[in-house]
Amino acid sequence: MKQLDGHIPPGPLKEKWTTYRSTMPLVAPNNKLRLDIIVVGTGLAGASAAASLAELGYNVKVFTFHDSPRRAHSIAAQGGINAAKNYKNDGDSVWRLFYDTIKGGDYRSREANVYRLAEVSANIIDQAVAQGVPFAREYGGYLDNRSFGGVQVKRTFYARGQTGQQLLLGAYQALSRQVSLGKVELYHRHEMLDVVLVDGKARGIIARNLLTGELERHAAHAVVLATGGYGNVFYLSTNAMNSNVTAAWRAVRRGAYMANPCFTQIHPTCIPQSGEYQSKLTLMSESLRNDGRVWVPKKVEDAEAIRKGLKTALDIPEEDRDYYLERMYPAFGNLVPRDVASRAAKRVCDEGRGVSPTGKAVFLDFATAIERYGQSKAHAFGIHQPDAATIRRLGEQVVEEKYGNLFEMYEKITGENPYKVPMKIYPAVHYTMGGLWVDYNLQTNIPGLFAIGECNFSDHGANRLGASALMQGLADGYFVLPYTIGVFLSNEIRTPRIATDLPEFEQTEQEVRTRLESLMQIGGSQSVESFHRRLGKIMWEYCGMARNAEGLRKGIQLIRELRKAFYKDVFIPGSMDEFNPELEKAHRVADFLELGELMCIDALHRNESCGGHFREEYQTEDGEALRNDEEYAYVAAWEWTDINQDPVLHKEPLVFENVELKTRSYK
Amino acid sequence: MGWFSKFLTSSLGQKVVMSLTGLFLIVFLVVHLAGNLQLLADDGGRSFNEYAHFMTHSPLIKTISYLLYAFILLHAFQGWALWRKNRLARGAQPYAVHRLRAVNTNPRIASRMGWIGTVIFVFILVHMYQFWFKMKIGDIGVVRYDGQEVKDLYTLVATTYQNLGFVLFYVVSMVVIGAHLWHGFQSSFQTLGINHSKYSPLIHFLGKLYAIVIPLGFALIPIVFFVKHA
Amino acid sequence: MKLTLKVWRQQGPNDKGGFATYQVEANEHMSFLEMLDVLNQQLIEKKEEPVAFDHDCREGICGACSMVINGQPHGPMQKTTTCQLHMRHFKDGDTIYIEPFRAQAFPVVKDLVVDRSAFDRIIQAGGYISVDTGQAQDGNAILIPKETASEAFDAATCIGCGACVAACPNASAMLFVSAKISHLALLPQGKIEASRRVQRMVKQMDEEGFGRCSNVTACEAECPKGISVSHIARMNREFLKSVFGAPEAV
Repeated sequence: MKQLDGHIPPGPLKEKWTTYRSTMPLVAPNNKLRLDIIVVGTGLAGASAAASLAELGYNVKVFTFHDSPRRAHSIAAQGGINAAKNYKNDGDSVWRLFYDTIKGGDYRSREANVYRLAEVSANIIDQAVAQGVPFAREYGGYLDNRSFGGVQVKRTFYARGQTGQQLLLGAYQALSRQVSLGKVELYHRHEMLDVVLVDGKARGIIARNLLTGELERHAAHAVVLATGGYGNVFYLSTNAMNSNVTAAWRAVRRGAYMANPCFTQIHPTCIPQSGEYQSKLTLMSESLRNDGRVWVPKKVEDAEAIRKGLKTALDIPEEDRDYYLERMYPAFGNLVPRDVASRAAKRVCDEGRGVSPTGKAVFLDFATAIERYGQSKAHAFGIHQPDAATIRRLGEQVVEEKYGNLFEMYEKITGENPYKVPMKIYPAVHYTMGGLWVDYNLQTNIPGLFAIGECNFSDHGANRLGASALMQGLADGYFVLPYTIGVFLSNEIRTPRIATDLPEFEQTEQEVRTRLESLMQIGGSQSVESFHRRLGKIMWEYCGMARNAEGLRKGIQLIRELRKAFYKDVFIPGSMDEFNPELEKAHRVADFLELGELMCIDALHRNESCGGHFREEYQTEDGEALRNDEEYAYVAAWEWTDINQDPVLHKEPLVFENVELKTRSYK
Repeated sequence: MGWFSKFLTSSLGQKVVMSLTGLFLIVFLVVHLAGNLQLLADDGGRSFNEYAHFMTHSPLIKTISYLLYAFILLHAFQGWALWRKNRLARGAQPYAVHRLRAVNTNPRIASRMGWIGTVIFVFILVHMYQFWFKMKIGDIGVVRYDGQEVKDLYTLVATTYQNLGFVLFYVVSMVVIGAHLWHGFQSSFQTLGINHSKYSPLIHFLGKLYAIVIPLGFALIPIVFFVKHA
Repeated sequence: MKLTLKVWRQQGPNDKGGFATYQVEANEHMSFLEMLDVLNQQLIEKKEEPVAFDHDCREGICGACSMVINGQPHGPMQKTTTCQLHMRHFKDGDTIYIEPFRAQAFPVVKDLVVDRSAFDRIIQAGGYISVDTGQAQDGNAILIPKETASEAFDAATCIGCGACVAACPNASAMLFVSAKISHLALLPQGKIEASRRVQRMVKQMDEEGFGRCSNVTACEAECPKGISVSHIARMNREFLKSVFGAPEAV
């Protein structure tokens, strides 16, 4: 084990980035023209980075496995993006955003990185507005803000429920402009299958042209990974179907460290699984918990009757309902943070009180809100002693104004009318805070290999706050990496174009080919999908919302067995030399099967509970997370060794000079 | 002028040509109908014949009429070119099942403007041969009003419309023209970029009214003649 | 529910292609794509090649899914992408035709997968505001009326799926192109380049081989985001303004 150095610049927190930016080595404009950069991924981080780097003059090659850069999963982010603009005059500041993020991350992120993130947050909004992102406006024409979970100021900018889409299209358009100027070469339907190291530096990638199956070598002076998170290791998540860990994992197999892989965010309000065939889960905005009350039946018999369809929620009388969040956390009630709400839902379902046929759902009930709004609206209309039907009608109107589109989406998916019967919700995997270890420059421990956006581990600690993912992806891509990559590249100005006929390229390509061939040759009888589903179940069961040492050990064992079975009996139709989505999937699942084990190992080693990582052995008497700052205030960065050997742990101690470590309480 | 020819050959330019020529023809229909309604005047055809004489002898009207012929041809040719282009764009493999849904238009008409237009073009050819061509050079009788010799188009019309076949042909053709206008009227505004949440409903309404009233007016003439003389 | 599927199978761009018939057992809670997952699982178990189709987010926003279901892009429900279409809208015993988005400019890659990179090239031709990172002034320095921002958003909500092209009898891409032109032309930031943008994007659209709009409005009817053809009218206005108003060299 070695101690890792995050290369955090010296000086007071508030001046670190400004000073560093002004004193870091630069690459002269004429030299930029001679330097090539590969960017993998075209989500918020990748597209913004590729566009910004090309604007600076670098020659950029950008890769996406989608048919268009605009399909990256950043597009699905709903709520908004945080920025410390203080437009609302409510006392927001860079410091506050920094502090909220550090605290929200349960004190497991780097102070310097988070402070920098908060500093550049304001620039992101300006940039996006200039690009034409149609943020919500007030009647006076000024930008509108709303409030989001866990903070006391209004700092979230939004474009209806499609903020991620609009920001991604802004970055995509900036990227498209550079493509048209010839500064960016765009490779769509190309998947990176390996990174090529020359003399210990990242100098290129092996990409598979998904249309033809051809393996291609691409060289550059530096490689940037912006390939997103790995939530799909759980099979069912709010991630897109094709989101995967392969690019990052291939970097790990080449020596990059994976940091805090067990930090996973489980979002409490998702539409529950309706059957075994289900392929993905859909998020319902957190804002619903403002008016919805979460409950399950008090009696297991009632829950059973509901599961069998013999009773509905409406048949359960008030006194037989358990509004468990209000009961357990009277101070915050239904608005406890995501991790707390998720764990509580799991607990009541484990007790046999879940309400969907699968037993994994709780009610989110708007009846009280409809009643309350109806009364108040009737009063406003001057209707004295309104009857129940009138109250209901008026109340439903108010709820529709507030959440109409969400209710519509819910009805589209479930076929149930949430105005009449309570919604059913259940937690689902949403985001991964862990990722490739990077230093302050966003460079991994492999020189020349950078990781940005959800792909790296850097800013969210053990738990991410709402509306911060978009902020981080764009901060990295627009305002951090374009500077910090210069620190590496300023030493490369004498390096000529990297040739793709170097033996390292040849060898890496051969290794990729062998790997694909060996997958094709297994010729078993089970589909890739079936393995992925089984892996997801293991991960969810043993490395999900609540973990314990015994379960994690069992999980590791099961994953190893599943991996063996996979390599013995997976079946991939078609051939390597054609468009073959099953082969793509197989390669991704093969990597998930290795990552999953590492996540369990990481979760097992971290003998504390913090943020999204809840170890049942480490909880307070009331069942709350019990952090261990003495022993675990560090980043766990794992070095891959061999498939049959345990990975090696490297620690980067987290030093808190500016904030005091406290315990969160929601009672 | 490179910019102008580029404009005319661009997809939007081609559409603008369709729209402007279409609007011209729409205006022409009103004038044409107003003149033709004189056929129904109870004066033995005098006002109509005098009107026809004026129309064929005024230099201004003559100029406009050449413009009209050119626009009909342009509208037809451009329409044909667009139809060809669009067929190419649709691709070689048709849908096995295709259900057309639309907002605010009749998709069955809107998607068949080319075919409908072809029928109308054939109608125009027959129509011009029957009246215009005969008037110009053909054998047509003359009448004298106040000492002036005028070609007796009225009698030609009256004779033609005693034939049930021709009456049906004209009435059916008017229905087809109505369909063309049903879509074409509002469509020409949309192509010129005239679409406004306040005024578009009015344009749509006027278009439909126009598509009914004008062809109905034209169709009345052969029907009245047939009923009166048969 | 038992369904008969007539699925378009085509090995590659040069293959002729044709329909294959499959029986599949589905239930009403499945999304349409999950029903196809079931079919593919069946095929794989029989060691046959699964049906290739584009899909990703499965929540109606990425725009990847592209298939014509019983003659309608994204199927019978309006304002709904294929991934959000659920089987409860079909009946036991139904026969469902599934075809790719068809258009000359969208060549079939395989089965139901088509190549929509023409859309990317149209955006590259001018569907952006030329601002480099770092140049921007304060976000509130540009005031935009709420209604304008909202209308721009209505255009910007386009997911680039291509249903408009697939639905149009002329395979015209004008709803897609106009949505971007309209979005940017409405905003003060975008007005500066509006003239150049509209000319370049229309030119690229023509070069890609899309058809010409005849205002059928099938595009709006099938658009999963319900984007209005009023944006096509705005594009037409912008185009005329540019052709007749701006100096020649754009």
